Amino acid sequence: MNRRTLLKRTLAVSAVGVAASAGLLTPGQVLAAYPKGAFEAKDTAGALSGAVGSSSFEDSGDIKIKAPDIAENGSVVPVTISTGMAAESITILADSNNSPLVGSFNLQGAEPFVSTRIKMGKTGNVLAVVKSGGKLYANKKEVKVTIGGCGG
Amino acid sequence: MAKSIKIRAKAKNGIVTVKALMNHPMETGLRKDKKTGKLIPAHHIQEVMAKSGDTTVMDAVWGGAISKNPYLSFKYKGAKGDDLTLSWVDNKGNSDAVTAKVK
Repeated sequence: MNRRTLLKRTLAVSAVGVAASAGLLTPGQVLAAYPKGAFEAKDTAGALSGAVGSSSFEDSGDIKIKAPDIAENGSVVPVTISTGMAAESITILADSNNSPLVGSFNLQGAEPFVSTRIKMGKTGNVLAVVKSGGKLYANKKEVKVTIGGCGG
Repeated sequence: MAKSIKIRAKAKNGIVTVKALMNHPMETGLRKDKKTGKLIPAHHIQEVMAKSGDTTVMDAVWGGAISKNPYLSFKYKGAKGDDLTLSWVDNKGNSDAVTAKVK
């Protein structure tokens, strides 16, 4: 290896290092706001107030939950949530889980649509809570689970 | 840790649909090791963030109840050729980020 290529490589490596530390910084700042208590809450009310600040919501048929009626494997339950409302955030809960809160998606720059795969310990409701205009709206769908996906 | 995220972003009529797969064990902390009977410590993604250029389009907080090797799909207003960066941080402080061009 001659001097020139060595120089080039060193430069490239340090550039990657800078990029990585910059990337680390941004999520680190968000990490401070991680609602740990909400994820440890044992009931949906506690989980909701921890995640979105309130546990009172109105039922709404405008929230569409696409999930299987019967999930053979509770460790992989595909869930898709969409709504016609202008959603600030979508929060997914599985009310039969030990800790019901699954995840909360802040969609202020995105369309009101989220799709992911969740774990369900046993048969229960998938609850989708949409925050729109400062108010909470929710809909639910029952999913029957034949093999649980939490614990072992 | 690199290349733990697979990402595909497609623009159609001004809406970009993002589909992403992340490689992660997503341990809840409730599962027991079958051999030792001890609890497997929790190890799951806590934060996911999507940025289009410098603008955050979506950020999410996750618990252990998201499935192993998480799949995530969402949509936002955007155009072909934009840069989309998706990053995650887990409860052990590991993180990864990947940038893709919207197709």
